[in-house]
Amino acid sequence: MTTPVLSIRNLSVEIPTRQGILKPVDRVSYDIAAGEILGVVGESGAGKSMAGNAVIGLLNRPAHIAGGEIRLNGARIDPLEGEEMRRMRGKEIGMIFQDPLTSLNPLLTIGDQLTETMLTHLPIGRKEAEKRAVAALDEVGIPGAKERIDSYPHEFSGGMRQRVVIALALCAEPSLVIADEPTTALDVSVQAQIIALLKRLCRERGTAVMLITHDMGVIAEAADRVAVMYAGRLAELGPVREVLTEPRHPYTHGLMASTPLASQGQTRLHQIPGSMPKLNYMPDGCAFHPRCPRAADKCRTAPAPTLTDGRAACWFPMVTEAAE
Amino acid sequence: MTDTQTNQAAPPEAVDKSLWQDFRESDFFYAFKRSPVALVSFAVVCILVLSAVFAPLIAPTNPFDPASLNLMNGFTPPLEPNAFTGDAFLMGTDDQGRDVFSTILYGMRISLFVGASAVLFAMVLGITLGLVSGYFGGWTETIIMRVADVQLTFPSILVAMLIFGIAKGFTPVEYRDQMAIWVLILAIGLSDWVQFARVVRGATLVEKSKDYVAAARLIGRSPWAIMLKHILPNALSPVLVIATISLALAIIAEATLSFLGVGAPPTQPSLGTLIRIGQGFLFSGEWWILFFPACTLLALALSVNLLGDWLRDALNPRLR
Repeated sequence: MTTPVLSIRNLSVEIPTRQGILKPVDRVSYDIAAGEILGVVGESGAGKSMAGNAVIGLLNRPAHIAGGEIRLNGARIDPLEGEEMRRMRGKEIGMIFQDPLTSLNPLLTIGDQLTETMLTHLPIGRKEAEKRAVAALDEVGIPGAKERIDSYPHEFSGGMRQRVVIALALCAEPSLVIADEPTTALDVSVQAQIIALLKRLCRERGTAVMLITHDMGVIAEAADRVAVMYAGRLAELGPVREVLTEPRHPYTHGLMASTPLASQGQTRLHQIPGSMPKLNYMPDGCAFHPRCPRAADKCRTAPAPTLTDGRAACWFPMVTEAAE
Repeated sequence: MTDTQTNQAAPPEAVDKSLWQDFRESDFFYAFKRSPVALVSFAVVCILVLSAVFAPLIAPTNPFDPASLNLMNGFTPPLEPNAFTGDAFLMGTDDQGRDVFSTILYGMRISLFVGASAVLFAMVLGITLGLVSGYFGGWTETIIMRVADVQLTFPSILVAMLIFGIAKGFTPVEYRDQMAIWVLILAIGLSDWVQFARVVRGATLVEKSKDYVAAARLIGRSPWAIMLKHILPNALSPVLVIATISLALAIIAEATLSFLGVGAPPTQPSLGTLIRIGQGFLFSGEWWILFFPACTLLALALSVNLLGDWLRDALNPRLR
């Protein structure tokens, strides 16, 4: 078996506060192989982005990694600090942010920003970097890349800017790209294009992608596997088709049922009763049990099983007839 | 308007445009052309600065060359021939027979030099401390900003006098007059860095939270590279406004210190020194010795200040 590009084991992030220690990420484990796209879904505050930030080492104080390990191409990166960390993450990890308005420096031309990244990490000269910058823009589908290289970010539309951001994330040839809600700030009509572009480029280059989103549509479109997070814990992990069509965790089931489907003439939207528990007020037992229609006594007392053998972290996973 | 076009479509020829052309078509230049206040104050500043720079060419006499002075010319009123020598002076002469017009030109050089250097010094110091405290936060920020807060509770002229006094204590007597100008710059600069630090810190906090800074951190740029290349340019327009207004304040601060007798020495008089000398003669009827330097100071400070005000409005997108 080849080593996965990114391997997270029992990763916990803690934030010490006056109310006690909060755990926005609690013993989360997953792998991403080369060329694979892992979708990470969950409600706001479920810990999706926090896990991503932990991987790139940009957690803001006082949040810190409290346990577990992160391996990139087989080597542990969570204990790295300072200079080493900077060099490693810049070279090996690319990042695509949610808002293309703020992820480009408004006062530098996009060519400058592309070459800056490449010159920092690739053993090439300015001439070569400029040539590659044009090629990179061309590849993400920006027409007239040669002329546009000297344009400033404000001269591009939102969708075009996000293409530039993708070019920027991929130009240093990283082995992992973390895309944190890459389409949330975009027009619906552009979302599909951006997702398709990201998917194609990563497939071609064999880049592993962590696609963080709350949009099930995006997951269905792009991801190979999906990790569902709830209150900092992994609820379900599996191949995208199986998770979406036969969810085993009641939370995933609820999420799927809440996705609006205009085509089926649905008039009332399903919703999961209640809201996600606050991190400083976690219920005993399984974090989801107060909202779970299937909760039993065991769920109220025993913490949900960690995801190791099964696909869902649940005492009573839902099993459809087809699976039985 | 042509510039909206270039902003959106960026036709190929726009790339080859010179900087000057870009500037002439910018919103900034357009607003400048349309504002009478800006035009007039800019013109006044230009005239004053140029006449200060070229003082040796414009001034009819060199007021600091004792050989060119004639004591008989003392107290000549403006535009009247002197009773003894028959010489006439545009703005009259002082007690030593020095041409007031010439002393103003030379005095303005000192005033502008001290003002501009002090602002430059305050700017470099304030920007550095502001960037550092905004970017690193924590203890660094607490210490720098508390020092700034404490300094703000004192009137800046008091701070400047304090620094001036301390520095004077450390300079040997024989160098005092030569060092006075530099000590003055140091004193005014140190009393003025707080505003720059506060504004830059605020802007740094805003920019730091934007994703492009995270992206720059991610690709592994060092904190200083990020601060100077990514954050500072985005924080520069408020700094420019403060610098202009500070220039007016620094000129006035220098004049105040010199008026109080702790600033520029009589051997290198600034406008403030001239006013101090002139006020001694005000009640004996020689009004021109005070009046003309005071008017020049007024015109200089006012026009720089108005220009700064206009700049603040022009660079603030919310007020457009």
